[in-house]
Amino acid sequence: MADRQQPGCLSCGVKGLCGGRGLLTLKDGAWTNNPLAVQVLGICSALAVTNRLESSLVMGAALIFVCVGSNLFVSLLRKRTPHRIRMITEVAIIATFVILFDQFLKAFYWDMSKQLGPYVGLIITNCIIMGRAEAFALQNPPILSIVDGVANGLGYAVALAIIGFFRELLGAGEVLGYAVLGSGWYTPNQLMILAPGAFFVFGVVIAIFNALKGPDT
Amino acid sequence: MSETSALVILIAAIFTNNILLTNFLGMCSFIACSGQIRTAVGLGTAVTFVMTATTILNFAIYHFILIPLGLDHLTFIVFIAVIAAFVQFVEMFVERFSPKLYFALGIFLPLITVNCAILGASLFMVIRNYTFVQSAGFGFGAGLGWAVAIILMAGLRQKMAYSNIPQPFQGVPIAMIVTCVLAMAFMGFAGMVSIQ
Repeated sequence: MADRQQPGCLSCGVKGLCGGRGLLTLKDGAWTNNPLAVQVLGICSALAVTNRLESSLVMGAALIFVCVGSNLFVSLLRKRTPHRIRMITEVAIIATFVILFDQFLKAFYWDMSKQLGPYVGLIITNCIIMGRAEAFALQNPPILSIVDGVANGLGYAVALAIIGFFRELLGAGEVLGYAVLGSGWYTPNQLMILAPGAFFVFGVVIAIFNALKGPDT
Repeated sequence: MSETSALVILIAAIFTNNILLTNFLGMCSFIACSGQIRTAVGLGTAVTFVMTATTILNFAIYHFILIPLGLDHLTFIVFIAVIAAFVQFVEMFVERFSPKLYFALGIFLPLITVNCAILGASLFMVIRNYTFVQSAGFGFGAGLGWAVAIILMAGLRQKMAYSNIPQPFQGVPIAMIVTCVLAMAFMGFAGMVSIQ
């Protein structure tokens, strides 16, 4: 199972380790096999929403919610889903949860919904969720799938928060909208908020993660 | 938005509002399939074609079916179903009528369903309230822009294969840093035309 390709994200062709049990599953999703830093899945939204810490956190929350929900239902239905139509079943389940979250944002946090724009809808094509449904939830019982959903969602959310923190700090001199770096000695670098900054910070964060984890992973 | 001509939107979607370099869409396949120029060209062509067609299709479905019936909260699920069905259809069609094209393009088609740039283009089309002609221009331009970016990247990565890169930076990190430089270069087009 170790080197099995994740069919959910054909374009990424990433090795999916199908975790162990319980705690191991949690650690695997959140650190050893961090979806963003190790598997490099779902980077589209990771780059797009991280210009502010706040929107990064909301996106992280969305990911946890959708990942847990879809993992649970894919797992519950895993014995009833015919193999040939499993992909479209997974997409339908994921899309349902994304719509729920989108409606929730629109109802209670209109500004945030505006700010995130199309990226809420794009969670559907986020390979992490599809990858977890395909590689984990299809073979494992519901409770363990929930744990896996939390772990992967959390791993993704933390990585997003780190990127968002540095981009907001360097780009605007603020954290969560509060000025941190004084206006006297630090000139905010607008580039960090714009597209190139996203690529740069993300590249550096992965490189640091690689260095911390050590070689041979 | 209604006064902007489709041509302006097309140009803007390629250069100033490049869907990959400014909106970060389609990154997965961008990173995974930019190893060789030939692959990049194949994938770019397939994406351009599918993106143009699905944007037009989704425009029609959104404005003539979903809105009149008040079902716009189903937008996401309908769009992704349309894209998946369309890709499947094109695959069968090409396989049946042009085996040669199928071998050139075929392997890239399944990848496209999970390419977020395709869904993203449709969602932008809805959010920005484009008219029919504008949508067609935007879909085509966004696809072309994506193709240009991945082909450029493939060229860069082919050269990069011979450079000595620090160990932690090998692979994805250096690709991101190169993309950063590429995005900065594209920012130079910013004053040319602008949409939103």
